[in-house]
Amino acid sequence: MFKLTVNGTSYEVDVEADTPLLWVIREQLKLSGTKFGCGMALCGACTIHLDGNPIRSCTTPVSVAQGKAITTIEGLAPVVDQPHPLQQAWIEEQVPQCGYCQSGQIMSAAALLARVPQPSDADIDNAMQGNICRCGTYGRIKKAIKSASMKISGVQHFIPESSKEGQSHG
Amino acid sequence: MGKWTRRGFITAGVLTGGGMILGVGLGVAVRPGHRAPKLAPLVAKDDEVLVNAWVKILPDNTVTAIVPHCEMGQGVHTSLPMMLADEMDADWGKVAMEQAPAHEEYANFHMARSHLFPGKVPGLVQDTLDGAFLKLTQSLSLQTTGGSFSVRATGTLGMRVAGAAAREMLIGAAARQWGVATTELRAENSHIYHDASGRIEPFITFAAAAAENKPPSQPKLKEPSQFKLMGRNIARIDIPAKVNGTAGFGIDVDLPGMKYATVKAAPVFGSKVVSIDSKEAEKLPGVIKVVNLEDSVGVIAEGYWQAKKALDKITVKYSPSDAYSLDQESMFERFGQDMDKATANQEEKVDFTTGDSRVVLAAAETVIEAEYRVPFLAHATMEPMNCTAWMHGDQLEFWAGMQNPLGARDAVANELNLQKHKVTAHNVYLGGGFGRRARPDYPLQAAKLAMALPGVPIKMIWSREEDTQQDFYRQAVMSRFRASLAPSGLPEAWENQFVDKHEPVEAPYIPYAINNQYIHYTDSPTHVRFGAWRSVDHSHHGFFTESFIDELAFAAQVDPYEYRRKLLVNEPRLMKVLEKAAEISRWGRKLPKGWGQGIALQQSFGTLVAQVVEVDMTQGSPRVDRVFCTVDPGFAVNPDGMIAQMESGIIFGLTAALYGEISLEKGAVVQSNFHDYPMVRMNTAPKITVSIINSMEAIGGAGEPGTPAVAPALTNAIFAATGKRIRELPVSKFDNRYDIKTSS
Repeated sequence: MFKLTVNGTSYEVDVEADTPLLWVIREQLKLSGTKFGCGMALCGACTIHLDGNPIRSCTTPVSVAQGKAITTIEGLAPVVDQPHPLQQAWIEEQVPQCGYCQSGQIMSAAALLARVPQPSDADIDNAMQGNICRCGTYGRIKKAIKSASMKISGVQHFIPESSKEGQSHG
Repeated sequence: MGKWTRRGFITAGVLTGGGMILGVGLGVAVRPGHRAPKLAPLVAKDDEVLVNAWVKILPDNTVTAIVPHCEMGQGVHTSLPMMLADEMDADWGKVAMEQAPAHEEYANFHMARSHLFPGKVPGLVQDTLDGAFLKLTQSLSLQTTGGSFSVRATGTLGMRVAGAAAREMLIGAAARQWGVATTELRAENSHIYHDASGRIEPFITFAAAAAENKPPSQPKLKEPSQFKLMGRNIARIDIPAKVNGTAGFGIDVDLPGMKYATVKAAPVFGSKVVSIDSKEAEKLPGVIKVVNLEDSVGVIAEGYWQAKKALDKITVKYSPSDAYSLDQESMFERFGQDMDKATANQEEKVDFTTGDSRVVLAAAETVIEAEYRVPFLAHATMEPMNCTAWMHGDQLEFWAGMQNPLGARDAVANELNLQKHKVTAHNVYLGGGFGRRARPDYPLQAAKLAMALPGVPIKMIWSREEDTQQDFYRQAVMSRFRASLAPSGLPEAWENQFVDKHEPVEAPYIPYAINNQYIHYTDSPTHVRFGAWRSVDHSHHGFFTESFIDELAFAAQVDPYEYRRKLLVNEPRLMKVLEKAAEISRWGRKLPKGWGQGIALQQSFGTLVAQVVEVDMTQGSPRVDRVFCTVDPGFAVNPDGMIAQMESGIIFGLTAALYGEISLEKGAVVQSNFHDYPMVRMNTAPKITVSIINSMEAIGGAGEPGTPAVAPALTNAIFAATGKRIRELPVSKFDNRYDIKTSS
């Protein structure tokens, strides 16, 4: 029996200790926004926050998560029905295509902004390179992270590096 | 909605709207008879009026477009309703979308038409129908999403015509009710207006009366200048659910009492299970059943993790296969031998010929020759293959993300000897398709597992390893060229021989004005199963032909952009696309030492694309800095969606060009996960600039045309930077460190 706190709610789950957190979240807790992609921490689709840090839940055993605050995509918005600035930016920039990787992308981005409120291109490259998007939405993800960053920090005159020279999506 | 009355047929409490099927598509009424009563219960609830096959109007005046295609990120659940709503003059804020059920009545017109002409069935469809028996029985079971067909076929021939017809029917009903001429009425924002009297009523007021009337045989479509939605950037309707975790993919299906399963198939295609040792596995907690699926083994358990752990403990013996001796190098050797043999025996299959290239080449002083290779490629959708199936009583239901749900339903019914009407396919969002999810193999496996445990819903999920090793692959191909140049430097003969031809037919053809051409191929089949992979044959022929034309430009000592221009004299549309790409990329601009620009073009699925890649080779391995893309899709229905598809196609093609390789060892796929089948990521993704040319020619596709040109644009750029010509993909196979030109 493991006691877990997910998105502020406490749960007790009866699973084997080596069960990856991903499957507990999806199958026991029925929170299906966190996705299975590779099972080897290679693609980032399963990214969640453990005490605010982005982790790959497909290789994190449930036993590790006891007593820690777990946040999934379902719990990212600070207030129900009020999306996180990143989620809003994701809609504004029309980021998702198939959408499957996007929960993981947003969770990685949210952890980045919590740590670095105004990330540079290099910061974004570093923080996001663990998340694969097979539809190739990287340029839009970068734009969305920057626009959310501007909204969060209230910076109006911040010029994203990738908007120079007028390309549509850098 | 005071004027609403119940009419038509009422079945099981569901109102059948009494609408009619329109003869949309092909300009003739292809669907005789009153089919709407059969359709209505499938899509219309009580109080909803089905005006025609593609649209219904709800009591709150919401217009719902019924879309017979799946959403896999290409945006078709938005662009198709846009086309319908625009012609109908519906209020976009009150337009909804509903995916058509997997039912024959919603089979794609375009695909169905092909079936009327035996021998002209597009390979796209053939590939999705496993087995000849299906080809015979499935003449109506086509709800395929692929071939970049949705907007060009269903949108142009179905949605627009249906929207225009619905508008005319509503105006007709209003005219009768108000006793005025139809010419005095107009539709706007889901209302009918009679300006002379100031009367305004919502569509729903006239919906039932309209549905009773004979639809116009040739509804008048709008001129582009009248478009209100088409041509505008409209936010995709599927996106909000894709940012908060609520979008339902196949893997998210959840049924009461559901159990989980995972499978492992024979590593060599064609091998069968001979024996299974599952003693250890069956002792593990949560394991419910080990199932022999003949070519694979499945474990059903309480959870995926338990099923996976148990599967890893199972030892399986497979039947031997001739393919065990096949590895990558011997396969390419065989391709070469088969091509030589075909030439020696004069058994070449002629693909396209004009003039007499043999005579010209025999007389030529210099013949330029090159041989290119590309490996197998997996689709690697982010969502691994999965399907949830449930056998209850004599009914089998299954849920999955599918590009061809009807094909899957029929495959399951045929293979498992079930009656079609007792098998129901439910389609949900696809976590990537790219051609992979047109195949019915994974629903079939899940159905077999469900039949092994009747009454219990089974969610079968493949591991990433299974997904990588049990794909239907873009074929490995070898392609050889010979050409000679006239004194002007322009080619006068072009010969191309390759192995393994699929679709589209025109993929190896070139747009260049060369008088003597001979394009031919040879079959050299392997045991590896073929699958349509984003842009299909264009994905490799684009690389071959656009590399070789670059080689000819170099031989002629002409700038590769100028060289193409000289040869595009008969292709004004392509010329414009090429020139625009050169313009936005500032072709020929001075770049830092070790950098290069490469250009390539490709016309596929009715859409013309030219791309310029800028690559930085100073670190040895290529770093793609920028990609510029000009696209002429005839008309971009949702321009931002078109840009997104170009961006997506470019990253997809670039991933393949840089890293993509599925190789064989003793007949089995070597790669297994993203560590050995790597992808372009955030830190390796180029900046992409897309420009659109609306030539107002016939609308072309969006999903695939962005992919083929990027590989040759990349290798042409690497050549420009280093002088090294890459004739085999992926690029990462080669060490480019010492090839940087020092003279540039």
